[in-house]
Amino acid sequence: MISSSRSLTRNLGNGVFLVFCWAATALALIALAAILWSLLKQGIGGLDLNVFTKSTPAPGSEGGLLNAILGSVMMCALAMLVAVIVGVLAGTWLSEYAKESRYGSLVRFLNDVLLSAPSILVGLFVYEILVAPLKGFSGYAGAVALALLAVPVITRTTEDVLRLQPVALREASVALGAPVWRTILAVIWKAAQSGMLTGALLAFARISGETAPLLFTALNNQFLNLDMRHPMANLPVVIFQFALSAYDDWRRLAWTGAMLIAVSVLAVTIIARLLTREQRRS
Amino acid sequence: MIRKLAFALAATLALAACGQQDAANKGAQSQAGVQISGAGATFPAPLYAKWAEGQKAATGLALNYQAIGSGGGIKQIEASTVAFGASDKPLKTDELDKNGLVQFPTVMGGVVPVMNLPGIAAGQVKLTGPLLADIYLGKVAKWNDPAIAKVNAGVALPNLPITVVHRSDGSGTSFLFTSYLSAVAPQWASVGASDSVAWPSGVGGKGNDGVAAYVKQTPGAIGYVEYAYAKQNNMTSALLQNADGQFVAPTAANFAAAALGADWTKAPGFYLLLLNQHGANSWPITGATFILMHKQQTDAATAQSVLKFFDWAYANGDAAAGSLDYVPLPTDVKTLVRKSWAGVVGPDGKPVYPGAH
Amino acid sequence: MRTEDYALSVGTSRTIEAGPARTARGAALDRLFEALCFSAATLLLTALAGIIVALAIGGWPAFAKFGFHFFTTATWDPVAEVYGALGAITGTLATSALALVFALPLALGVSIFLVELCPTVLRRPIGTAVELLAGIPSIVYGMWGLFVFAPWFALHIQMPLMMAAPVGSIWEKLVAGVPNGANILTASIILAIMILPFMAATLRELMLTVPAQVRESAYGLGSTTFEVIRKVSLPYVRTGAIGAVMLGLGRALGETMAVTFIIGNAHGLPTSIFASGATIASTIANEFAEATGEMHTASLIALGLVLFVITFVVLALARLLIGRQVQA
Repeated sequence: MISSSRSLTRNLGNGVFLVFCWAATALALIALAAILWSLLKQGIGGLDLNVFTKSTPAPGSEGGLLNAILGSVMMCALAMLVAVIVGVLAGTWLSEYAKESRYGSLVRFLNDVLLSAPSILVGLFVYEILVAPLKGFSGYAGAVALALLAVPVITRTTEDVLRLQPVALREASVALGAPVWRTILAVIWKAAQSGMLTGALLAFARISGETAPLLFTALNNQFLNLDMRHPMANLPVVIFQFALSAYDDWRRLAWTGAMLIAVSVLAVTIIARLLTREQRRS
Repeated sequence: MIRKLAFALAATLALAACGQQDAANKGAQSQAGVQISGAGATFPAPLYAKWAEGQKAATGLALNYQAIGSGGGIKQIEASTVAFGASDKPLKTDELDKNGLVQFPTVMGGVVPVMNLPGIAAGQVKLTGPLLADIYLGKVAKWNDPAIAKVNAGVALPNLPITVVHRSDGSGTSFLFTSYLSAVAPQWASVGASDSVAWPSGVGGKGNDGVAAYVKQTPGAIGYVEYAYAKQNNMTSALLQNADGQFVAPTAANFAAAALGADWTKAPGFYLLLLNQHGANSWPITGATFILMHKQQTDAATAQSVLKFFDWAYANGDAAAGSLDYVPLPTDVKTLVRKSWAGVVGPDGKPVYPGAH
Repeated sequence: MRTEDYALSVGTSRTIEAGPARTARGAALDRLFEALCFSAATLLLTALAGIIVALAIGGWPAFAKFGFHFFTTATWDPVAEVYGALGAITGTLATSALALVFALPLALGVSIFLVELCPTVLRRPIGTAVELLAGIPSIVYGMWGLFVFAPWFALHIQMPLMMAAPVGSIWEKLVAGVPNGANILTASIILAIMILPFMAATLRELMLTVPAQVRESAYGLGSTTFEVIRKVSLPYVRTGAIGAVMLGLGRALGETMAVTFIIGNAHGLPTSIFASGATIASTIANEFAEATGEMHTASLIALGLVLFVITFVVLALARLLIGRQVQA
């Protein structure tokens, strides 16, 4: 009969589709497991208390990654602060105020372009405006370069998530007498907070491992330096230099550093999700 | 929720600000106050790091050197964003004068051809410069080619195709290698010598590590790496024929022999490539690495600290250099360099370097 | 009304019209907030404009010397000072396109799995695991790619394919190359793994915004999961999904470190899927640090500008396609 043969094809199509989804996830998890396995295998060996208490050593000397860890934390924190402020506000403008206006389309388009900017070019740009004129590398320049990389991600995801909030939500709030800014802050942002958080976490994941932009802005520092007006050590550049060197102790530190970055991104993700304790809607 | 995250972020930054205050206070008390920064060649970076560590322990001076590439070192010292630049490729006198720079060598190293031949140990295979050029040009494509067999009588070379491995990134190592080939093989003129060339054949590996990895993975591969990599990774190296016709092995002693044969007094700005030097034991692909500083310094204290650093390194850093597979400069070259430091003057026109100690 | 139409209409947001009962203070704060948002957006624009201007200035000597030939030559010879961008452009487009082809279906599969199929207790762990892929530094991808993936690929995929191809056939040409796993295909695979989590995470967030009653009503009408996704959820989030694809594509076009390690870095046009190549980002990363010649540096910066142009063109094309689809 017609209805049962149609439902056979539909069920078959559905079955194939489900298998595909399971397989896709399995593939992603296998890739993750393979990479994490390599990271852990190589990085765990170098993990000891020195890593967190001593600065980067010369080959053959004892040392750790303290200066790099602190430098990365400071620069990423500052970059995320700037990026979240600018990105969320810009995404909000694009979603709530600009809509289909010509200027809005232009900003949206150029945001996507900035999204694909190779990080090394962003680093060179920040070098031209913050390092060369001031005749010195600095942690501030590094933070600015990282912020420039994070902002488009946050803008994009914020706009997308805000756009998908139902109009009814906005209209209800306005009908209750709330001003537009209050509607956005208290109602729309709150409804979209899990999506916005995802955007922020993605941006943080992106900038935490970036090497090229920091090379020409924060440079790197062999010693501990917490003054952001001068070159600051950071994990990605240290990993880059140590991993490609000839010395075993440096290479071990490089893998340990890489493991630390991955673990910290995981920790930040888990903590942030715990703090928000979002309700899954399905 | 957003409030909690914002609070966490603000707390991190507050901590950082406190740390900054702390560091600023400490900085005001320590010698030279601000940390000195230098940048440039990747080749000497591990050694400079070792020297900086030793110096900090001995005198308290913190000198931060970062490897961003020789080109980067030259660019940065020209832009005056660092106190000194470092380059594996020495600048010629006219380039030095254009930017008002002085140049001096600090340490030496060598480039070593390495191979992956099943059943062949290090030091068994002999190569000559022109032969190496032909291999890299793709003219000699198999290991049992008569041209190679002629130089290696009695060695059982396998019937493997030669996989040529070169550097994909620009590097001082490539500069030395291609300069050597240009010097000994006229057929290499079509490719030329630079840190980055249009290689006629082969695959590119990123960094010395990339080249070493490819060579190790591919039977029949040949590549060129810095001496430290060859030694630390126990790679099979080839003997190379030097200007005196001898086949020599890549060892620290033979690098030093190449430097001893050279005449530094006739090199303005210490521009000297230690390639194909005479001497029975000279390794043909040796090179020094160089420091670049401005002749006219705006900050005499910083410049003095830099020169004191290298003075200390010349006096006390040879052991460290040897332990990391670098080759220290001969003593007379060091003396020559110290004399040349009189050319670095401060705002008042007087040399910043107080003289030999 | 068809399910799809209702889903579309609910999904479209319109400008908020403020209600009549607005205080003066409320109105002032409204303007202030709007001004803040506007300045943030303009700041973004200024930053990008600054980057493009800086690139144009830096790259001008190369354009002036080579003119249009810069885009059509594949030669890259720093000694003879002849630079052509064709090889790098081809590599960039090839790796990004391949990476997207590999990653987009997978990202869709993963996000749908997380939203529809996953047992609730596993939802958060697997979701976090996928996001963790995004948190791995790109240099680790590069290192893993070069030291772990490339040899494995050479041994288990490249060699069998090369040995099985009949001699002299078109297959042999297609799979020719040095069996060390460093080629355009492996670089695309690594890129695909890198952009997968960005797209999957964003797609998942978007699918979660589909109102429950819309999906439930589709299920209630007897649709299979596949049909609900295809006809309700995906159309609902279509514009946002494009954004997710842009995120992935952007990352793929600009990714530097991972590609540099594993693409083999050969200038010139690739001749097979196992040939080494170069992308614009990898060329800049490899050579900028050491480049001392004026023309070399200018050519590298010009390459950067070319990448921006490519991004412009690709994004504009995408917008055109989507625009046509929405109207259809």
